Amino acid sequence: MSFFQMPSPLAARRLFLGRTGLTLSGAAVALLAGNEALATKAGGAGAQDVQILNTALGAELEAIAAYQLGAESKLLQPGVLDLALSFQGHHKEHADLLAKTVAKLGGKAVLAKARYNFPVEQLKSQADVLKFAASLEQGAVSAYLGAVPLFGNRDLAKAAASILGDEAMHWAILRQALGEAPVPVAFMS
Amino acid sequence: MSRRALLFAAAMGCTALSAVPPASAAPDAKRGEAIYARCQACHALAFDRVGPRHCGLLGRHAGSLPDYGYSAALKRSAIVWDDKSLDRFLAAPMKAVPGTSMTYDGIPDRQERADLIAYLRQVDQTPACSASAPSAR
Repeated sequence: MSFFQMPSPLAARRLFLGRTGLTLSGAAVALLAGNEALATKAGGAGAQDVQILNTALGAELEAIAAYQLGAESKLLQPGVLDLALSFQGHHKEHADLLAKTVAKLGGKAVLAKARYNFPVEQLKSQADVLKFAASLEQGAVSAYLGAVPLFGNRDLAKAAASILGDEAMHWAILRQALGEAPVPVAFMS
Repeated sequence: MSRRALLFAAAMGCTALSAVPPASAAPDAKRGEAIYARCQACHALAFDRVGPRHCGLLGRHAGSLPDYGYSAALKRSAIVWDDKSLDRFLAAPMKAVPGTSMTYDGIPDRQERADLIAYLRQVDQTPACSASAPSAR
C-alpha cells in the first residue's frame, strides 16, 4: 500500500519510518512521544535548556490563546475554523510536551497568563484573523530557528526542530489561505 | 569544475551580491521592518507579550518596565538601550546577558542589526507607538 493511501497519519508514519529505516535518537523519541522517564534518563540538559524550553512554552501558550480568540471571533468560515482549531491542537500538544519536559528536567514550567494582549480592535474580518495568526506562526518559526542552536542537549534541539517544521507548515497554509505565496523564500531567518 | 559550472557559479555570486546591501550601507528602517518579523514570535511594539514591548526602547534602562517580568540577569545588567548596546545584545543575547530569558541565537549580520535598530528608532515616532494598548483577554 502506498504511503499516501494509509488510513491514518499514524499508520502512514509507521510505514514511512519502517520503509526508510529512518530512526530518531532515544531521547528525541522519548520527548516526541511524551515518554518523560526516558527523556530524563537521557539527561544532559542544563539550566539554559530549561530556560529555552520555558520561553518556547510561553509562546505556545500565547498561540493557544490567540487561536481561541480567532475561533470565538465568529469571523471564520466553518472550514477555516476547523483549520484554526486543528492548528490550536498542535500548539496544545507542543505546550504539553514542553511543560512535561521542563518539569522532568527539574525546572518549573511557566503557566498560561490570565490575560493576553491581542489586537482585538484590528480583527474585523476572516483575513484579519488569518494575517494575525500568520504573523505569530512566522515569528514562531524564527524563534525556534533562533533557539535550536542554543540547546546543550542535541536531542532537545532535534525535538525543537520538529516543532519548527510544524509551525512552518502552519505559516505556509495560512499564507495560502490569504492568497499569498505559501512559501515566499527558500531560507528562513 | 567545468567552464559552464564556473560561469554559473559566477553568475549566482553576482546575483547574490546584488541582492544584499553592501556591508557599509546606511541603516535602512524599511529593511529593518522586514527583519522585525522575526521578533514577533515574542514581542510587539506597543504591548507586552512573551517579551516586553519595544515602543520607547531606545534610551530605556534594561529591565525597567514595571509591569513586565524580566529575568534577574537583565534587571541587574545596568544596560541602557542605545545603538551600541542593542547591537551587542542582538548579535548574541545569551552571550551579552547570560541568564536572559531571550533564548535566541541572535542576528549575526551587522547590517541587519543596524537596519533593525533603525526601524525601532523610526517606529517610535509613528502612531504604532502612540496608539493605546490593545484589549487584554
